Formats: sequence, C-alpha cells, structure tokens
Amino acid sequence: MKSIFRYLGNNVLNLFVFLGKMFLFLMEIFYYLLIPPFRFKNLLKQIRFFGNKSMIVVVFTGAFSGMVLALQGFYALNKFGAEALLGPVVALSLIRELGPVLCALMVTGRAGSAITAEIGIMKITEQIDALTVMAVNPMKYVVVPNILAGIITFPLLTAIFDLIGIYGGYLVSVHALGLSEGTYFAQMELYVDMEDIRIGLYKALSFGLLVSWICTFMGYNAGYGARGVSKATTNAVVLSSVVILLWDYMLGAFLL
Amino acid sequence: MIEIKDLYKSFGKQEVLRGVNLVIQEGQVTAIIGRSGGGKSVLLKHIVGLLKPDRGSIFIKGEDITKLKGNKLDQIRSQIGVVFQGGALFDSMTVYENVAFPLREKTKLDKNIIHEAVLKSLHDVGLDGMEYKYPAELSGGMRKRVALARALIGKPKIILFDEPTTGLDPILVRSIHKLIKNTQKQYGFTGLIISHEIPEIFEISDTVALLHEGTIVEVGTPQEIQESENIIVKKFIMGIE
Repeated sequence: MKSIFRYLGNNVLNLFVFLGKMFLFLMEIFYYLLIPPFRFKNLLKQIRFFGNKSMIVVVFTGAFSGMVLALQGFYALNKFGAEALLGPVVALSLIRELGPVLCALMVTGRAGSAITAEIGIMKITEQIDALTVMAVNPMKYVVVPNILAGIITFPLLTAIFDLIGIYGGYLVSVHALGLSEGTYFAQMELYVDMEDIRIGLYKALSFGLLVSWICTFMGYNAGYGARGVSKATTNAVVLSSVVILLWDYMLGAFLL
Repeated sequence: MIEIKDLYKSFGKQEVLRGVNLVIQEGQVTAIIGRSGGGKSVLLKHIVGLLKPDRGSIFIKGEDITKLKGNKLDQIRSQIGVVFQGGALFDSMTVYENVAFPLREKTKLDKNIIHEAVLKSLHDVGLDGMEYKYPAELSGGMRKRVALARALIGKPKIILFDEPTTGLDPILVRSIHKLIKNTQKQYGFTGLIISHEIPEIFEISDTVALLHEGTIVEVGTPQEIQESENIIVKKFIMGIE
C-alpha cells in the first residue's frame, strides 16, 4: 500500500516538475521574442520548412476529409430530406473544427516530429553547446524562429486545408451525388459567417503555438543517444496530439 | 591565464569533480589526461560556463566566470574557441558556412573580409577546396579540422580541445596533434587539450595534468609526468588498472 502511494506521489511530483519546466521554457521564449536581434532569415527558413514538409499531406488530408464529409453528410441529411444543406455542413465542419484539428495533427506528425528530432540531434551532438560557446543564444537562434513559424504557418495551412476540403466536398456532392452546384455554394454563403472563419483561424493559431512549443521543448530536453532523440520525438507527437484535442474541446466549450 | 580553484561538481549523488586546482599558463599547451568518465569533459564545460560548479571558482584574466551571466559571460566566451569531441559542426550548413558562422554572427565584417578569413582558416588546417562540402560528406579527421578552423577564425586567445583525436587512427591522431601544435605556434593561443592519447599527447604539450577521481593528482612537464613516481600516474601511463 505504502509503495503505491510512493509511486503515485513520485509520478505526480515528476509531472509538476515537467509542467514547471515547460512553463519556464515558454516564458523564456516570450522573453526572447521581444529581445533583438530578430532573426528574419531563420524565421523564413523555418516557415519554408513547415510549409514544405506539410503541404502535400495537408492537401491530401484536406481533400479526403471534405470528400468523406460530403459522403457521410449526404447520407445523414438525406434521411431528413435536407440534402440542400450539405454545402454548409461540409464547410462549417471543416472551418470550425476539422480543418484546424486535422491540419494540426498532420503538421505535428510531419513537421513537428522533424523539429524535435533536429533539435534533439543538435543537442546530443553538442551543436547547441557550440552555439552557446560562440555567444549565440540557442533559444533565439533555434527555438524562437520555430515558434514564430508555427504561429504563422498553422493558420495558413489550415486555410489551405479548408479550401481543398470544401472543393473535395464539392466534387463528391455535385459530381458523384448529383447535388446542384448552385445549392452547394449558395447555402454555404448563407450559413457560414466571418465569425466561423475567425474561430477556425484562432484555433489554428493557438495550435501552432502549442505544437511548436511542445516539439521544441521536447527536442531541447532530449535524452542522450539515438534512443533519447527517438523517445523525445515520440513523446512530442503524442503529447502534441493529445493537447490539440484537449485544447480544441476547451476552446469550443469555454472560449470560442 | 586560467586559474581553477577548488572546483566541486556533483550530478545527483555522483561526485564528478572533488576540488580541482589547476593553473593553465598563457601561450602554452596544457593537456589534462585521465581515464574516461573521470570528469575531464565536465571540467572543460565549466571553463566555458556551460556548467556551473557546486562550489569553487575559475578565473580567466582575473574574472571569475562562474559568477558571470549574460553579456559579461558572452564577452569572455568570445575570447575562447572550443573544438568539441565530435566537432559539433552544424549539419545543415556547408563547411564554408560553418567556418564563417562565428564572424557572420558576432561581427559586422564585410562579406569579402569574411570570405578571405574562411579561406585562410581552411588553408591553415589543410582543407583547401572543401568549402562547399557538408559535414556528413567528410571523414572524422576532416570534421575535426573544420572544427579547428571554426575555432581559429575568431582568433581567440584560448582554445579548448575536448578529446580532439577520439575515434581516429594513429596516423590521423599524430596529424591532428601536429596541426594543433603548428596552429598554436602560428596563432599563439593558450591551448587546453582533454585527452587520453598516451604517449602521443606528451609530444605537443608544455604541461600535463592528470585528473583522477575528480582531483588533479599531478602536474608537470611531459618529462616530469613520464618520470613521476606517483603510483596513480605510473599506472595510468602504463595502462594498468
């Protein structure tokens, strides 16, 4: 019995230490965000890295998400004779919920994991130490550009995901299910507000911060050797995915 | 020039440094020898402020760097070059970009001046024509040379070498040692080499210190160390446990 309490207590303490370290890491990021020199070249490089790594996967996932939404939506709406609302169902589901969430999950798997692995390898091969001894702050040089790139690219990739998804939905609705083109788009225009788009993009922005924060933190604190880096990468993807879903619910329920 | 006073460091319950005292003379090459896992690299990391000691001080030009932070620490660091064990070259950059990095980041020198400095630095380490290769395309010995070129480019007053010949064959070991000695003569830096290359290290050092179980047990010229009556020194040199 005693050992169970010891085990639980130990884990709870470790959890608090971990959360504390993550919080301090974030505070350090915010601090260095405000202190010059600003490394625009590194920022552009990381934006390209996020976009380049994730674009194809975002396009594919977006297209198939929209197509399957149209297929399943049609099946459900058909039961009530409300097929005309298929356009808004696809668009609202994508813009408010599936776009930001699925896009964030895909980018995490593609670019987030690569960032953790890259920073982790930089750490174990002493490249981070090399930056420090050359009086170049590794937080500013490596971490901050990734955070900013995450915040900038997630909403952009989400917008692309939404557009492709809506187009995928259009292909299935109009060309496979026989819905008229006018109905698909006109109803969408009627039911989708700017507020919906704003909510979706805010979500994407917050996911961008969360994912880049978690992935850079995990890489920066990777253990030794190949095993340490692989563990950090797995943890980064798992934790990011869980946090995306959790944060999405919290935003939906309490904030947006 | 570098004075280490009563330095202690533990990681958890493991005491790694147990009161290290050592003076590293200016313009000389000092080698710290000792068994693997004996705290040599930990000691080196303290000298550049990558680790903070539990107690003790390290004076570089009269400043206790264990007490320094931020810009003041960076000012001291800018006078120190480090050649890491694996080279610590940036994988995503070419040899040229790696060597140019300290000047591009920390100075406002003109592009042409940096270009000349990079070519000279690479020439001094015998790597002409390798500018546009990536670290992954280089052999272990070449990577160490690039790391030395990167350390030399800012003309630091001190260069620390963390086991610069680990993993190299005996011919390359001698070649890297010769390179360190030649560049030291040419640039006049104070060198500190962490090594366990016995007896090769004696050929290039002015002073040798043996770090054993967290303390310096003997300091002297290479000849004094080789003729030492200290049983720990004798055993280490002869490779007896």
